[in-house]
Amino acid sequence: MEALIGALTIFVLAVFVGYEIITKVPPTLHTPLMSGSNAISGITIIGAILCAGAGDEGNFFSALLGFLALVMAMINIVGGFLVTDRMLHMFKKKKD
Amino acid sequence: MEWINLAYLVASILFIYGLKGLGSPKTAVRGNMLGAVGMLVAVVATLVNKEVLSFGWIIAGMVVGSAIGAYIARTIKMTAMPEMVALLNGFGGAASMLVALSQFIIAPEYLHSPTWLSALMLSALIGAVTLTGSLVAWAKLQGFAEKAMKIPHQNLLRVVLTLVTVVLAGLFIWQGSGLILCLLTASALALGILLVIAIGGADMPVVIALLNSYSGLAAAATGFVLMNNGLIISGSLVGASGIILSKIMCKAMNRSLSSVLFGGAMVSDEQMASIPGKEFYEGKVKSCGPEEVAMLLEDARKVVIAPGYGLAVAQAQHVTQELANTLEARGVDVSFAIHPVAGRMPGHMNVLLAEAEVPYDKLIEMDNINPEFSQTDVTLVLGANDVTNPAARDDASSPIFGMPILEVDKSKTVIVIKRSLSPGFAGIPNQLFINDNSLMLYGDAKAVLQDLIRAVQEL
Repeated sequence: MEALIGALTIFVLAVFVGYEIITKVPPTLHTPLMSGSNAISGITIIGAILCAGAGDEGNFFSALLGFLALVMAMINIVGGFLVTDRMLHMFKKKKD
Repeated sequence: MEWINLAYLVASILFIYGLKGLGSPKTAVRGNMLGAVGMLVAVVATLVNKEVLSFGWIIAGMVVGSAIGAYIARTIKMTAMPEMVALLNGFGGAASMLVALSQFIIAPEYLHSPTWLSALMLSALIGAVTLTGSLVAWAKLQGFAEKAMKIPHQNLLRVVLTLVTVVLAGLFIWQGSGLILCLLTASALALGILLVIAIGGADMPVVIALLNSYSGLAAAATGFVLMNNGLIISGSLVGASGIILSKIMCKAMNRSLSSVLFGGAMVSDEQMASIPGKEFYEGKVKSCGPEEVAMLLEDARKVVIAPGYGLAVAQAQHVTQELANTLEARGVDVSFAIHPVAGRMPGHMNVLLAEAEVPYDKLIEMDNINPEFSQTDVTLVLGANDVTNPAARDDASSPIFGMPILEVDKSKTVIVIKRSLSPGFAGIPNQLFINDNSLMLYGDAKAVLQDLIRAVQEL
């Protein structure tokens, strides 16, 4: 129970932090914000790694599900960060 | 195992700094980079963790995922960003759902406490809804099902399916059975389809932002399954981001979130019946040719361009910038008016114009540009429709009354570049087109702009 309350505390505080930072993002950058935060939601990859690498603790099926999760999360991360970078460079170059 | 949590803390701090960097176009590239470094820290820390026992599946998954991700990121057209973000949302949700299912198999029985099962249930449920909801949104953006689709007894179906899902969720927490988890996932997948399929193309910015938020919340729920702070923090950051964006989009359309989600199309059937058809425009619309417009532009001191979804469809962002450059070379002051819901996702127009190398300080937000229209000589409306309809401001009986608009009608002359007089997403005629100071220039935005540039240069 204690662990749950601790985790809930972190969750709620993180939502507040997120709210504060993201309200400061200008509308011009809302599309890169979405693709960039998408990449961050790929953090599920941590879970996917634990599932795919559980060895004998799991079975073939759990490893397969973990593998699929890993592929999806990795597309999210690599695709998300790269496309955001591509977009942001377009915003940057004119000012220089 | 303390150090691994320390590594997740470092990753979370990097994510926060990364998002903070997105506060300005100058710091944004570095911010995104910081986020990527944070992800690397989290992944490496997890890999060297003793809990990982075999690497075969992991390496295979990483290679395949990276290759696909890199390929999409490199080749996607900027006009197709809404589609890409919709797909990425779906993948994020799918990953969380799959992790939840896999963890149910892996975790030993004694871990199956009601709180753990609740977290697992939420992770699978939100993940599944995000997956199918995003796929439907993607299909709509691709043009497979652009309009709000009407399924018979749609609202009843939704209620029933929601109830079934809730009951299954409760049963799962009580019984902890794998079979119920499968049924629950299946019904959540169906629910995702049903929730999004009835939403019209114009509401896509809201839907995509909301699904973005869900993909984060699914990750946070996975964090509760694994009791992993890194996941909880990152997931809630994304969850908050998506919620804020959906709120902004709703405000810009003067709609509530619930009316977007449950209202279906923007205009009800009864309202639709009282809307005039073609006779609305008959004899009142003036059209013109590129030469006439070129002459108007030649004499103008201040020109504003108001782009909309039509610009993206016609891939006309580069020609638009060319026209702006041509006019500026002749001493005309050119700026761009950006309505928050122009396009199919938040910030869509900004990205397209950035791609065409329009400096971002030329893109003016709605609240800042509206007072300037009265001093504007010519406004070019490029593929935008409802967001310029003065009826939203003046006509209390209009279905879109109250929606904030770009007040282009206040400029001296308005040139509307459009293929035809067909209605926009709201399905209603646009008062702007019959105003005395409006001229229609029919055709595909790209072709028309090319003609226009030529005409200006020939003057």
